[in-house]
Amino acid sequence: MKAIKMTLALVAASAALGASTQATAGTTLDAVMKKGFVQCGVSDGLPGFSYTDEKGQYKGIDVDVCRAVAAAVFGDAKKVKFTPLTAKERFTALQSGEVDVLSRNTTWTSSRDSSMGLNFAGVTYYDGQGFLVSKKLGVKSAKELDGAAVCIQAGTTTELNLSDYFRSTGMKYTPISYDKSDETVKALEAGRCDVLTSDQSQLYAQRIKLANPEGYVVLPEVISKEPLGPVVRQGDEEWFDIVRWTLFAMINAEEAGLSSKNVEQEAKSSKNPDVRRLLGAEGELGKDLKLPKDWVVQVVKQVGNYGEIFDRNVGAGSELKIARGINALWNKGGLQYAPPVR
Amino acid sequence: MSTHTFKPSLPPPNMSVGVVGWIRANLFPNWFNSLLTLFALYLVWITIPPILNWALFSADWIGDNRDSCTSGGACWVFIKVRLSQFFYGFYPEDLRWRVNLTVLLAIVGAAPLFLRAMPRKLRYGAIYLLAYPVLAYWLLHGGFLGMSLVETSKWGGLMLTLVIAVVGIAGAMPLGILLALGRRSDMPVVRVICVTFIEFWRGVPLITVLFMSSVMLPLFLPEEVNIDKLLRALIAVTLFEAAYVAEVVRGGMQAIPKGQYEAAAAMGLGYWRMMGLVILPQALKLVIPGIVNTFIALFKDTSLVIIIGLFDLFNSIHQATVDPAWLGFATEGYVFAALMFWIFCFGMSRYSMHLERKLDTGHKR
Repeated sequence: MKAIKMTLALVAASAALGASTQATAGTTLDAVMKKGFVQCGVSDGLPGFSYTDEKGQYKGIDVDVCRAVAAAVFGDAKKVKFTPLTAKERFTALQSGEVDVLSRNTTWTSSRDSSMGLNFAGVTYYDGQGFLVSKKLGVKSAKELDGAAVCIQAGTTTELNLSDYFRSTGMKYTPISYDKSDETVKALEAGRCDVLTSDQSQLYAQRIKLANPEGYVVLPEVISKEPLGPVVRQGDEEWFDIVRWTLFAMINAEEAGLSSKNVEQEAKSSKNPDVRRLLGAEGELGKDLKLPKDWVVQVVKQVGNYGEIFDRNVGAGSELKIARGINALWNKGGLQYAPPVR
Repeated sequence: MSTHTFKPSLPPPNMSVGVVGWIRANLFPNWFNSLLTLFALYLVWITIPPILNWALFSADWIGDNRDSCTSGGACWVFIKVRLSQFFYGFYPEDLRWRVNLTVLLAIVGAAPLFLRAMPRKLRYGAIYLLAYPVLAYWLLHGGFLGMSLVETSKWGGLMLTLVIAVVGIAGAMPLGILLALGRRSDMPVVRVICVTFIEFWRGVPLITVLFMSSVMLPLFLPEEVNIDKLLRALIAVTLFEAAYVAEVVRGGMQAIPKGQYEAAAAMGLGYWRMMGLVILPQALKLVIPGIVNTFIALFKDTSLVIIIGLFDLFNSIHQATVDPAWLGFATEGYVFAALMFWIFCFGMSRYSMHLERKLDTGHKR
């Protein structure tokens, strides 16, 4: 008798739990609509990805992704609040609902995607480990680095990648480890090592710190895969789709030649069916995602297409001057590819 | 008969008086000390001129972007451009008068307490201590009585550092005294609770407490409940420092001779009046250096909030150094941070020395 009661209680409890988890599934959009802004987790400071300018405005690629999501949901890129997160608290903040999107140069890996209750909505930046060398060395490729002394930040995966790379190519090297990335820069400048290795996006930032940035060059080889992208909680497909397609919309917009300058004009006058479907003049893209009909117009107008965001924050239009490289569109030799709108 | 007159005594040899004499006696008394002096002079010679040269003589002061920093010395332009952010964080520019007013009110309001001739000082102090926090909250945070809301996520810079330090000090002091009393209490339950509390908070590093409050706590709370990040940090800092203050105060109370307790009891004073009128005034005076030491440590510990993503003075400066427009000027930023922290800590230290002298009743040996 007692056992039956217990079982009944358990069943009731689990039913209640099940009901409550179902209630939370698919409600991020509702919750966001209700509070009137998107809460977005960003980095606590990374050049080109998220930082604050002199006026206290957040800037960077990761920040612009958040702004784009806000523009998609509310038609207003300003309806977003940023929570700076350290590398350690970022996943907790997302899991506990403190932030709605985590856009914080987070590498998409199998374990993070499968076992942490997270979903990666796409890739905003294909990063990878690279090498920074002095031009005086006359090295044109990483394959000529045999016997080099390499400056590296201790305790990071870059250390392991480096050893893998040199082992697989059968070259010798001397690692010189430092605790802080600033120290590696100073060591390179002082000639303690020939090469500095780190994620490519960071190499460009470190190059600026050198007294004579023009005297150094980032080698073309990339020896590891670091796809960075926005992350959302697992179990809310509706919100996942919104973030994912916001990203796709920006990439598709660049491919279709739509920019913040011409998108409003094109929305009215374009005859191209691809453009018309993307911008909501035809088809059901907005309705399917539970977003306003003109959401892509708002995203591109207020934030820009993918190329504009890249240029402004890390590319030619910024201090970092990172080449598009593998982040170019797929039809221009890069990896950025978005499914068609249909 | 002529009287014998002594010759006036000769002046001491030139080499043993005045500046030269002092130098000989103190810097070059023997060959070993002379060697040490020369070595010290050499150290000063190789360190001080380059530092002064970097920080002052060849530094850049004028301009508003990195192109004006060409001389190779320190680039103070970076600090100048970012100064308002180092002070106010992201506090909206047109509302910064509210921060200034809060600081001004703190100074003006507290000034009478430092006047010797002020009548009814105790009553005034009590009213001030009760009214000011409400007023400060209204001014800084707002959201009621016609003051527009400025969320704590917009607070930052020196202002945030001061908020954490002041709230921490103001909260830890009374709580610490109560804990110290509780630990010396005859009531077993009270004593056990206080001992457990103190030993728990003293046993964990502040960084762990902050980390738990920001990484673990949200997982235990339901999804809708979201405790303000700053509030979490304030509670953590206050409880943490209260445990330290409690132990310092307890040390002072143990230094009071037993006769004082017995005398107070013989006068017919109850527990609270005995503590409040006889024991604590003496005990607290004894432990001023210890308490100020704790508070200086607290002030510097505020920079640990960097690990939970709050932008205090240090983190604001760190944040500014990753702006691509100003990459490579981290040294200037950190020197500035050190200078600001030093000014406040040195100020606290001087004030505590002044307080010790003022309250000195001849116990010092």
